[in-house]
Amino acid sequence: MNHVDLSPVWISLATSATATVLTLVAGLSAAVWRARRSGQILAIVDGLFLLPLVLPPTVVGFFLLLLFGRNGPLGKLLNHLGATVVFSWPATVIAAAVVAFPLMYLTARGALEQVDTHFLQAARTLGASEWRVFREIALPLAWPGVLAGTILSFARALGEFGATLMVAGNIPGRTATIPIAIYFAVEADDIRAALVWCLIDVVISLALLGGLYYWTNAQGLGRARWARR
Amino acid sequence: MRRASGALGGRGADVALEVQIEKKLRDFRLDLSFTAGEVPLSILGPSGSGKTMLLRCIAGLERPDRGIISLNGRVLTDATRRIQVPARERRVGMLFQHYALFPHRTIGENISFGLSALPRDERLRRVADLLARTHITGIENRYPQEVSGGEQQRAALARALAIEPEALLLDEPLSALDTHLRSQMEVQLQETFATFRRPSLLVTHNIEEAYRLGEQMMVLSKGRIAAFGLKDTIFRSPPNLEVARLTGCKNFSRARAISSDTIEALDWNCTLQMGHPIGCSPAYVGIRAHHIEFIDPSQSGAAKQNVFPCWVSRSSETPFRVTLYLSLYRPPRPPGEHYLQAEVFKEKWKGFRNRPEPLPVRLPPEALFLLPE
Repeated sequence: MNHVDLSPVWISLATSATATVLTLVAGLSAAVWRARRSGQILAIVDGLFLLPLVLPPTVVGFFLLLLFGRNGPLGKLLNHLGATVVFSWPATVIAAAVVAFPLMYLTARGALEQVDTHFLQAARTLGASEWRVFREIALPLAWPGVLAGTILSFARALGEFGATLMVAGNIPGRTATIPIAIYFAVEADDIRAALVWCLIDVVISLALLGGLYYWTNAQGLGRARWARR
Repeated sequence: MRRASGALGGRGADVALEVQIEKKLRDFRLDLSFTAGEVPLSILGPSGSGKTMLLRCIAGLERPDRGIISLNGRVLTDATRRIQVPARERRVGMLFQHYALFPHRTIGENISFGLSALPRDERLRRVADLLARTHITGIENRYPQEVSGGEQQRAALARALAIEPEALLLDEPLSALDTHLRSQMEVQLQETFATFRRPSLLVTHNIEEAYRLGEQMMVLSKGRIAAFGLKDTIFRSPPNLEVARLTGCKNFSRARAISSDTIEALDWNCTLQMGHPIGCSPAYVGIRAHHIEFIDPSQSGAAKQNVFPCWVSRSSETPFRVTLYLSLYRPPRPPGEHYLQAEVFKEKWKGFRNRPEPLPVRLPPEALFLLPE
């Protein structure tokens, strides 16, 4: 291994970051919509939302392939617009986002439901719009939970392998993330390369966790005064 | 439907909160109709009588099944026309039972939350004014958890007043405070009511609080108005047994009219002279525990009317008072005996506790009230 292609690192990071942003928006929206509602139909909705967490990633990948493939409903639509998703970089993002979504949704929903409704009602009687109630009261109070969901989502996205392989394949420089690079290195009997990638993955993970720890602590300092109890 | 209406008018019919609602709750139906003017109205009722739900309907946090709520001529809720003005547009200030101060905002930020439309200078000026009016100047940069319960309560009041509400709703405002803070907060609320002079509803299950803070009073029982009117009238002559109980009266007896001004109290085992002529046939007679008098037989010229020999069955003490359970005409014979409860100051009790029984006790005619079935 004379020349090391570092592209899997950038692809992994870019994919995970983009997928986390998508998951945060989608998961938080779903959680806001779902929190404090109840009903039979919602149990089915919940089931659908949590399915990617329970199903093997290959099954999720296969469904995504059916959905975004040449003959899939979304695939056809995108084809009309002149775009192909399958086996391209966006496919890695979609796979990672779908797989990470349940973690974001669950933690955000839990955090929002924990917010005492009296705070929200008090804000309403003080003339606040629903958007302001969410942005200034519900979200800040649920923030630790939302942050935890974001971290979990990023970690899950970074480790995504099965679904990514199904919909995005292994195209070096485009869809080959670190986990995929490791798999193909081992398959090609290049144990040294596999080991290097593994070590790089460990370093990235530790660096991210360290950074998050530092960041959440810094965040925590400003909040400690009210979050102490 | 009987409509309870404020006896004290105020600035005419416009300045008023009119409520006429029905709402199905889990255990009973809330069915209320009343008008509140500019004098504070205290709403007394046991836990789970629908008091809080009433406030929540007025604030727009709950929707009644039927009925109308209007404030100063402005319709807030009209179920038949499917009108439900959202809470944010009602201009109704609400003080929550546990204050609901936003924990991630300082006291100052909490108070100014409802003033976000104002320019910064004006907002700060208003906050300073509200802090002064509620006597908490100086704590505006602290978080709610860092101030005392009394200060939290005052901050919550300041926050509710900040939006210059057209009505003020207080849900058990003193229940979370200790006795000392409670009396301070009562003074604060009396001050606030004195300058506010708009419909103010105060919900409580504490009889003394209801009496001290309201001028008018409404007694709720299982979602219905059991009594409505001036507080003194309600306490002096409760309209029925339920209201008498809810306003703290402990002594009742089945009663039978004997002549135009005497009755027989069947459970107390005595015949009573009434202060005024008896109207329609009464079912019960009642007397409040502190109205029962112990007589010193050695003093000449002591009243003779409604004086009975009694035996003290047992006593129960509070720091300054003692409650005595009395049996008239005969020594107590447990169980199932109907006792009269008398409440006296301890000093007084010390004066006659060692006298030989029976003790002469008097039920003053003017303190007796009759109740219909």
